Amino acid sequence: MKKKSYYGYFFVAPYFIIFLIFSLYPILNSFVLSLSHWDGLGESVYVGFDNYARLLSNPYFYQSILNTFIIWIISIVPELIIALVLAMILNEKFIKGRHLFQAVFYFPNIVTPITIGVLASLLFDWQTGSVNKFLMGLGIIDDPVNWFAHPFIAQVIVATVMCWQWFGFNMLIYMAGLQSIPRTLYDAAEIDGANKFQVATKIVIPLLKPVVMFTVITSIIGGMQIFEVPLVTGTGSGDSTQTMMVYLYEAAFKRFQYGYASSVSYGIFIIILALSFISFKFSKKRQKAPTGL
Amino acid sequence: MKSATQLSANKEMTIRSNNRLKRNVGRAIIYVVLIILALICLLPFYSMIISSTHSNFDIANKLLLLPGDQFLENYSRLVEKVPIWRGFFNSVIITISGTALTLYFSALTAYGFSKYSFKFSNFLFAAVLAMLMIPGEVSIIGFFKLMGEFNLLNTYWPLILPGIANAFGTFFLKQNCDAAVSEEILESARIDGCGELKMFHRLVIPLLAPALATFGIFAFIGQWNSFLMPVIILFDNHLQPLPVMVAMTRGKFSTDYGAQYVGILLSIIPIMIVFTMLAKKIMKGVSAGALKE
Repeated sequence: MKKKSYYGYFFVAPYFIIFLIFSLYPILNSFVLSLSHWDGLGESVYVGFDNYARLLSNPYFYQSILNTFIIWIISIVPELIIALVLAMILNEKFIKGRHLFQAVFYFPNIVTPITIGVLASLLFDWQTGSVNKFLMGLGIIDDPVNWFAHPFIAQVIVATVMCWQWFGFNMLIYMAGLQSIPRTLYDAAEIDGANKFQVATKIVIPLLKPVVMFTVITSIIGGMQIFEVPLVTGTGSGDSTQTMMVYLYEAAFKRFQYGYASSVSYGIFIIILALSFISFKFSKKRQKAPTGL
Repeated sequence: MKSATQLSANKEMTIRSNNRLKRNVGRAIIYVVLIILALICLLPFYSMIISSTHSNFDIANKLLLLPGDQFLENYSRLVEKVPIWRGFFNSVIITISGTALTLYFSALTAYGFSKYSFKFSNFLFAAVLAMLMIPGEVSIIGFFKLMGEFNLLNTYWPLILPGIANAFGTFFLKQNCDAAVSEEILESARIDGCGELKMFHRLVIPLLAPALATFGIFAFIGQWNSFLMPVIILFDNHLQPLPVMVAMTRGKFSTDYGAQYVGILLSIIPIMIVFTMLAKKIMKGVSAGALKE
């Protein structure tokens, strides 16, 4: 039995003092700011819902939402497929060096994102970057490609970097999910004459559905907040890699429109909340359907 | 009759060796794919190391595959303009103090929720869980304004103190505290006259040590990699942590690629060392808690 005691308050008090000052108050403060004009120096001036009206009529904001979604979609689809296939391959008994492969695939995930952004912008630099030199060395292209000059290619590059950075993480999640599927199930399927492909599509994927939904939800929340890589690589391509977070950052800390930027932050917040809610509902509904076990 | 059985036996043998051949070819293809993917994960880092040892002229004009001898020249140009070792030192201070606070207070809060029942404890824990769902950017501008009012801008306090209220750590450690710390041990310590806080220090923290280690690694990596907070809060360049300094090299050395590569290299080396030592533990942590920053 838990001890009934006022001591509990002492143990949780530091958390809530800091939470109230450094989290809850700033969240409410951001909302108050979103109803005002503030340039960071003088007093803030109350302007009602002006900032939100401006936000909803601003094509740049919609463009940043669209950019974020495009980059997210191009990265998430291959990312999760690669992660799932790799997890199933590395789960095979015959694979040697499993831990080494796992470690190599996961490593990019813990490298500082801003550093990866700088590295990517150097490697994809059209005049001096190794990527062009390498592709020309292999004879795949004849002339250096100016990657960041094309709006869509710039988005593809950012998405590729995101995919490269996160597939190993999702692979580890899927491998943990695979561990929970009993071996006897595979053996039974093999005795019944199922081939690897049938085992994968008929047994493994249906059983992994909750895990897949988990990775989709976490990647929505993470993907909507893509920031560092597009911030560094984002020059030269117009605005095609300006994600929602980059837009927020530039409105606040480059143009010093703190009031407007606060309304942007609430806009992003609502989008993320709505997406998490939708995918959560969706996964609940799907889980009710029979999955074979 | 005899030759017929002989024939079918032969046939069976060729089928079997065909199958084995098929299987071996299949496995070889799988290994090739795994190795190519591993190369894709590592090549950017290899290219970074190689490029950091060559002159700007060679970086701009050749595909470099082998190390050169210009590392020290690149390095000395870098440290002339960017105090990279100061940045390293700043990162160590911020990361160690921030991680220590996060670990201690997350354990304290988790213990309070796990072992005491008090009025509103369920409501307060629900508030902790709710914070898991709220993305950080919604508070960022209000946070910036508040830190200005507290006169804490350009100090490390805004980067370190919020770590006391870490929702994920509290949640993760409470799960572990529920399982790893039994009420009987606590009761018998009480009978021996042990005070409540002393009990937390002497009994609970050692019992939570494995969970603290797992969570600590991720808290450490997250803090080490953080970029947005320091870039907003700190104005003096020499106070910045390593990731911000690396981003600064981009602006200061737009054409000095050698120096930029050295900067990136110096910021990645500590992560490489930590990962080589703790890879198994880190990857276990990912699959156990599905941790994401």
